[in-house]
Amino acid sequence: MKDQLYQYILGIADNSLILGQRLGQLCGHGPSLEVDIACTNISLDLFGQVRSYYQYAAKLAGGDASEDSIAFLRKEREYRNVLLVEQPNTDFAYIITRGFLFDVYHELFLERLMHSKDETLAAIAAKSIKEVRYHRSFSSEWMKRMGAGTEESHRRVQDAVDSLWRYTKEFFQPTEAEKAMAEAGIGVDTSSFKATYDQHIAEVLQEATIVVPTSPYFQRGGKEGVHTEHLGYLLSDMQYMQRTYPNMNW
Amino acid sequence: MQDDKIKKLEERFEARIAADEKIEPRDWMPEKYRKTHIRQMSQHAHSEIVGMLPEGNWISRAPSLRRKVALLAKVQDEAGHGLYLYSACETLGISREELFEQLHTGKAKYSSIFNYPTLTWADMGAIGWLVDGAAIINQVPLCSTSYGPYARAMVRVCKEESFHQRQGFEIMMTLANGSPEQKEMAQDALNRWWWPSLMMLGPTDAESVHTAQSMKWKLKRKTNDELRQQFIDQTVPQADLLGLTIPDPELKWNEERGHYDFGPIDWDEFWQVVKGHGPCNKERLGARVKAWEEGQWVRDAAVAYAEKQSNERSLKREETVIQSKAS
Ligand SMILES: [Fe+2]
Ligand SMILES: [Fe+2]
Ligand SMILES: [Fe+2]
Repeated sequence: MKDQLYQYILGIADNSLILGQRLGQLCGHGPSLEVDIACTNISLDLFGQVRSYYQYAAKLAGGDASEDSIAFLRKEREYRNVLLVEQPNTDFAYIITRGFLFDVYHELFLERLMHSKDETLAAIAAKSIKEVRYHRSFSSEWMKRMGAGTEESHRRVQDAVDSLWRYTKEFFQPTEAEKAMAEAGIGVDTSSFKATYDQHIAEVLQEATIVVPTSPYFQRGGKEGVHTEHLGYLLSDMQYMQRTYPNMNW
Repeated sequence: MQDDKIKKLEERFEARIAADEKIEPRDWMPEKYRKTHIRQMSQHAHSEIVGMLPEGNWISRAPSLRRKVALLAKVQDEAGHGLYLYSACETLGISREELFEQLHTGKAKYSSIFNYPTLTWADMGAIGWLVDGAAIINQVPLCSTSYGPYARAMVRVCKEESFHQRQGFEIMMTLANGSPEQKEMAQDALNRWWWPSLMMLGPTDAESVHTAQSMKWKLKRKTNDELRQQFIDQTVPQADLLGLTIPDPELKWNEERGHYDFGPIDWDEFWQVVKGHGPCNKERLGARVKAWEEGQWVRDAAVAYAEKQSNERSLKREETVIQSKAS
């Protein structure tokens, strides 16, 4: 039970860690100063959430575990994030689309996690939901701007949606830990809001004049630690210091 | 007659500055005042933005979550500083696009310190401690400069810069008290950043072109050499506290002067970097140009969307007017 809770927390937190890391790579390279600052804000929010989750997970794990050992010292196969969030910053359309497809899920998820029987998780969710509402509104607005903006922006964002769509079903395919936690009233049964998710996504895409993909082919594996090739490189950067200089204070 | 009138305006203008009054965007000002301020403020804004790059280089590799968050927030602050300063600059009748154009074509300068590479994590400490430290010395006097929007921007900026400086010093302290490898990393960073930091305070007085005029307009209160001395006097005891050695064999307290004496600065290196031939000039400018060019379609989309939205709104307004007339 304790182990499943630990795994469950990692599953939630790793999404924020990897997306935060991706957005952090953008800092200083955004299309305008205002957007640069906004993307960094989102990254900062996500890392803040990550720290709360990992501190809790470290307490559960006991021993030498710390927020940093959990963040930096796992092997690639031990990261539990969904494939979507590790996808690269191909261009601004991909960055926003990746965020949008995740943010809508994240908000609906946290709205439910707020009612968890686990007080710590409920508290983290209650604090994070305000931030994530802003993330969702930021990415939704940009979906509309790009979709209904110029011909080029429309083409780019449609391309990003078509390409990233295959990673959107994984949210709703529960792992063993997720099933057990949902049953115990601690976790969220994500299948309960799949229809709401689809509806929210469709509403924004419609306003953005983007066609909702109909491809029936989806990818999964991140939650079980089977990732795309992109994650390894992201981790090499992220873990570099901790791996090169083990057991030091920074 | 016309000349007479301008002379009177100028006299009144100089008198206002002498009386410590603030000049505001709508006030009359000599063309030279406007141009000088655009040059200095935009150079300052560009420095904040280009300055994001060397530190941004370590966000992905920060050694702990706490440090990662602090570094991200710091680099974001610099973007904020750029934003205030561009806005202040725009009050003088130049657009952000024009300002970026000047940066990207090399017409406008930015602080040369950002053309040095960040090679280890300790550079994040050294930059905060030394570079933000030198920036504060340059900038605190500007909080009471004559141009209102600039002075007000600097008050906000300086508060955050001193926070950055303390944060950088704290990184250095952690390294200096850490393992032998960490201490070596800190010393190496100090070795590489010390001389460029001294150069940040500007060319030596004999070679500085703008000083007299800048003093009158309160763009400067002290000469470059005075500021440099102040920086050295303030920083040497901090290095002692860290147990690190400043890479200058001639550095010595001079009882008579009440200041530290220091060795000669390599001004050839300074001018080489200023003229575009430092270790990272090409990379820094290249990264800014790339971000701007790749962002073009994004900014175009935002403009096109906003136009469509406002067209729709005015169309709706017209409809309601027609409907209300009909009823
Ligand atoms: Fe700054
Ligand atoms: Fe500055
Ligand atoms: Fe700073």
